[in-house]
Amino acid sequence: MTFWRQALEIARVDLTVESRVGNTIRITLPFAVVALMVFPLALGLQLGVVSATGLGVFWAIGILFGMQVALRQSASDTRERRDLQALLGVDPAARFVGRLFSGGLLMVGFLLTMLVAMAVLFDPDIPQGGWPVLVLSTLLVAIGLTELGTLAGEITTGLSHRTVLASLIVAPLALPLVIGASQSVEALQRDTGILAWILLLIASDLALAVAGVALARPLEKATR
Amino acid sequence: MTLSSVKPILSFQSAGVSLGGRPILRAVELAVGPGEAVGIAGPNGSGKTTLVRAAATLVSIDQGSLSVLGSDTGAPDLTAVRRSIGLIGHQPASIPELTLFENLDHIARLGGFDRSRVTRALEVVGLGEAAGRKVEVCSFGMKRRLEIAHLLLARPRLLLLDEAASGLDDAARDLIGALVDSVLARDGGCLVVSHDRGQLETLTDRVLTLAHGTLKAAQ
Repeated sequence: MTFWRQALEIARVDLTVESRVGNTIRITLPFAVVALMVFPLALGLQLGVVSATGLGVFWAIGILFGMQVALRQSASDTRERRDLQALLGVDPAARFVGRLFSGGLLMVGFLLTMLVAMAVLFDPDIPQGGWPVLVLSTLLVAIGLTELGTLAGEITTGLSHRTVLASLIVAPLALPLVIGASQSVEALQRDTGILAWILLLIASDLALAVAGVALARPLEKATR
Repeated sequence: MTLSSVKPILSFQSAGVSLGGRPILRAVELAVGPGEAVGIAGPNGSGKTTLVRAAATLVSIDQGSLSVLGSDTGAPDLTAVRRSIGLIGHQPASIPELTLFENLDHIARLGGFDRSRVTRALEVVGLGEAAGRKVEVCSFGMKRRLEIAHLLLARPRLLLLDEAASGLDDAARDLIGALVDSVLARDGGCLVVSHDRGQLETLTDRVLTLAHGTLKAAQ
């Protein structure tokens, strides 16, 4: 089986399992939307403040819950499943890419839903031409977070307290994504140019993708 | 061709394995030839599972050498070797949210096996009627039968069984016996570990004892 067929098969089964268990759609997403709803109430229903803080709240909650989505995906691997995949000749890099496909699709759906919820609840003050930039930033953050979560899952495989360790790995490495995402729209509001921030997001995504694929095989060996 | 010129399927030579800095296997000498089934008996914690995982190339040895199907396990790419190994371990590797059929079909896709044989393999192990049942509602015995169905598709040259028959009914044990016979008939080799010596004597040609990571001839 070719590399890409292996990756697609792993993604297909991940999405089938997600459609039956619904970790992202039925558990994480409702909690995240509720968290978004709580903020305007906590801010005292001052419409100006609510509108001004919408984007910041979206990025904070979106990235926090998004990390959960990313880590939950990779935490579902058991030692027995990894052993089976090794004996079937599955390329660890193909498994990483497969996880990116399935996790990325879920993350994109998750963050775009959160974006819509934020727009409805906060009525944010987005400058003209801001929405396409916001959607693009959201897509790039979704890809980056998925890569980070999958990579952290691979690094911590077989370790006790792996979810805690994975979170500690993801949090600092997510900083370029957080900064790039929040500053791109901010720059649009200040009319100071967004290219640098979008490039930061793209560069982060590319660096994480290359690191994930390049490290997949050595990490697989190191955990044996 | 003399007996000594036949390449063993599996060969441990003074092999040692340490996990977390603790020695688990010490100077293991073991050879499994083509058409041979070897049993390893030993109490809990004696290193049986580590021995099987090392033979499956899933644990690296840190002393001596280990050759599986003619390849040294220190080789950079073990993909081809691994695809010829069949393993039934302590815990089934199936995905609980998928049906028995979906699990085996997934394995067949990843392993590049003939997918048209999936239904037949499930029937052979007695899971034909339950094929649409999710694994999470299946008994342990059914999950074991699913693993046997996988190995029927895979036709491994080296079969590794780690307490594979524990907790199974007679019919499922017979399936494991038939699986061992089919591997041996293709000149493959089998390594079977269990704490049940009687079971090993039924399934294998000779039985060795593993105690505190050291292999000895059976007493």
